[in-house]
Amino acid sequence: MASDGLHESETLAALRSEAESLKGKLEEERAKLHDVELRQVAERVEALGQFVMKTRRTLKGHGNKVLCMDWCRDKRRIVSSSQDGKVIVWDSFTTNKEHAVTMPCTWVMACAYAPSGCAIACGGLDNKCSVYPLTFDKNENMAAKKKSVAMHTNYLSACSFTNSDMQILTASGDGTCALWDVESGQLLQSFHGHGADVLCLDLAPSETGNTFVSGGCDKKAMVWDMRSGQCVQAFETHESDINSVRYYPSGDAFASGSDDATCRLYDLRADREVAIYSKESIIFGASSVDFSLSGRLLFAGYNDYTINVWDVLKGVRVSILFGHENRVSTLRVSPDGTAFCSGSWDHTLRVWA
Amino acid sequence: MAMTSGSGTPGGRPRAQRPHLSKMERVVVSMQDPDQGVRMRSQRLLITVISHAVTGGDVVEWLAQKFCISEEEALHLGDLLAQHGYLYPLREPHSLALRPDETPYRFQTPYFWTSTLWPAAELDYAIYLTKKNIRKQGALLEHEKEHYDQLHKKINHTWDLVVMQAREQLRAAKQRRKGDRLVIACQEQTYWLVNRPPPGAPNVLEQGPERGSCTGSRVQMSSDFYKREIEFSRKALGRTRVKSSICLEAYLKFSSQHSLHDPILSGCLPSNPWITDDDSYWTINAPMVAVPTKLRVEWAFSFQELLDDPVGRTHFMDFLQTEFSAENLSFWEACEELRFGGQAQIPDLVDAVYQQFLAPGAARWVNIDSRTMERTLEGLRQPHRYVLDDAQLHIYMLMKKDSYPRFLKSDMYKGLLGEAVIPLEAKRRVFPFTWKPRHLSPSPALLPTSGEPPATGSTAGGDGED
Repeated sequence: MASDGLHESETLAALRSEAESLKGKLEEERAKLHDVELRQVAERVEALGQFVMKTRRTLKGHGNKVLCMDWCRDKRRIVSSSQDGKVIVWDSFTTNKEHAVTMPCTWVMACAYAPSGCAIACGGLDNKCSVYPLTFDKNENMAAKKKSVAMHTNYLSACSFTNSDMQILTASGDGTCALWDVESGQLLQSFHGHGADVLCLDLAPSETGNTFVSGGCDKKAMVWDMRSGQCVQAFETHESDINSVRYYPSGDAFASGSDDATCRLYDLRADREVAIYSKESIIFGASSVDFSLSGRLLFAGYNDYTINVWDVLKGVRVSILFGHENRVSTLRVSPDGTAFCSGSWDHTLRVWA
Repeated sequence: MAMTSGSGTPGGRPRAQRPHLSKMERVVVSMQDPDQGVRMRSQRLLITVISHAVTGGDVVEWLAQKFCISEEEALHLGDLLAQHGYLYPLREPHSLALRPDETPYRFQTPYFWTSTLWPAAELDYAIYLTKKNIRKQGALLEHEKEHYDQLHKKINHTWDLVVMQAREQLRAAKQRRKGDRLVIACQEQTYWLVNRPPPGAPNVLEQGPERGSCTGSRVQMSSDFYKREIEFSRKALGRTRVKSSICLEAYLKFSSQHSLHDPILSGCLPSNPWITDDDSYWTINAPMVAVPTKLRVEWAFSFQELLDDPVGRTHFMDFLQTEFSAENLSFWEACEELRFGGQAQIPDLVDAVYQQFLAPGAARWVNIDSRTMERTLEGLRQPHRYVLDDAQLHIYMLMKKDSYPRFLKSDMYKGLLGEAVIPLEAKRRVFPFTWKPRHLSPSPALLPTSGEPPATGSTAGGDGED
């Protein structure tokens, strides 16, 4: 009936304005405690010296764009995945390939190494996350032991094991994240709240924390309680898709990289954005970010083929690294912080130190 | 010259989805500013003179100055502008690379910007190829021939229209001055180089799998959506926040504490394996090494870091044994196992923990306050992986506030600090040709069941060289 329709749209409008005004209040509250900028506090800190990092290893073997990589806890092995469905495990120190498997789908956008070093997980356009135990038995076909763990209704964009081989956290183009039991494939918890594709996630390193952060195409970074499935904090200051999120080593903050060509730092206790890492000459999106061990440096790979190194405290860029011949799609610092690895659409991975 | 209207935009607005295009466009617009822009000159090409040309070198210099960046970075940026078709070379228009010399370029007309005429229409491409075919019989490149044939098959029914348009455009072009004709041909060619790159050339427009955008789904903006937002904002308003000054100071403290532990920042001893090919650093810092390094045993920063280090945890356990409170750490470890374990193991694990640590008269009874104990026992009726969280936190805090500080002051720890080594810096190899093969390390996947990476403490493993 016409009158009902009018009533409903009034309610909707009222709700929308209430939501907006509360958001505004929230911003005010956040601003009240913002008594100093990071840049000012960091004036006391010594500037970093000349910075030289070079490619120390180049891993060639993928026949197509490298989309994702992850380090093994042994500090030298890595797993990488590419557009043509190939997933490769390398000892990147010797550059030997140790395992290779071809997924039945293309665009394998997510891969992860299990904490034990005995398995890998990966997925992409198949909407699933599968776990492959690593075997050196020549008679065994790696693909035969494959276990399908996660099922989403759109592409898998990111995956990560928790503190053990037995649970996997996934992010998907279907707008949700989910926690799975590897053994049974059971869904343990799902996380709803993003308004669009979720593109990345990272688990918190904090003491007794049970949280993780995710970023998506809705320009939001959201922090989740793994136990309850609730979003506990959200940040919406980016102007475009968030491609990558990574916790600061202390767990009190996280960094994000976005298509808006900036990286940002969000503090969880202050509940706000505390730094923006940008430069007028940096025009292309940041696809992946990671911190050095002390959190002083932020490495960011960009769609303009470069890697920019930022001084996290002073907010300035300390170096730009050239070398890749197409966009940098993935970047992770090694577990002991001796190097970082970047993967690119130019089919290669590089280890820098 | 008119282009047929592009087919509907399937993926949404190009500029919104590709913010880098707008930014590049702003740059090229400011490059063309009559006062502040790049120096424009007239360029002679054989017998024609083209106005508003710039040299590659001037472009690079302008970018370097404007953005305060190095020439290398400026060239890289300029090259990307060219690759995206915002600049085109007047000679050799096949290659959209920027050369930092006297090579002449011109700015692409906005009509042909990637974001303006997007996506590239098949019909327009067909007309373009047909024109090329008519103008120079059989001058189409291999990949163009393929496209041409494909299109011919696909839109065969309107092929007369294509030929007619092509002829009309060629006729109109003949009536223009030679200079204009040349420029327009370059502009069009550049547009197609970007939108239909030849095999082997980078496809700068490739984006990867399509992403949904929240502006697309109107379904979201329901009353439920706003109610959730309101609920969330209300909760968020209620949370306690910490002043920025305190939070930011914490970064400074953390950074300075950890800077010496950061190999990229401060180097590492004996050397960074990736730089010297010498993996001693990993040997010396193996998870269960007998004699840890000085840097490693600096566990005074954080209890969590002590627990995360296998050597640290072992020593802490030894210390707790001297204080008869080792059950606390064992309990904590059991809780971790539950939290991160397999779903199927939960009932048995919970039961085992209860029997060992929580039951009245348990062999390794842990001292939890009565309220937490009550809550925990209540929760055990329906065991789940988080059922021990409260108890675990209580014990964790107990160890952190009580046992940990005592550990740091203990003779045991002091002894450890005293014995810890500072590795010697590895001498740089004098003769680079005595190449030492990189030590192989056995994959963790080779070990039977141990979850930890192999301790390459001995010189076994690898090739036995030393």
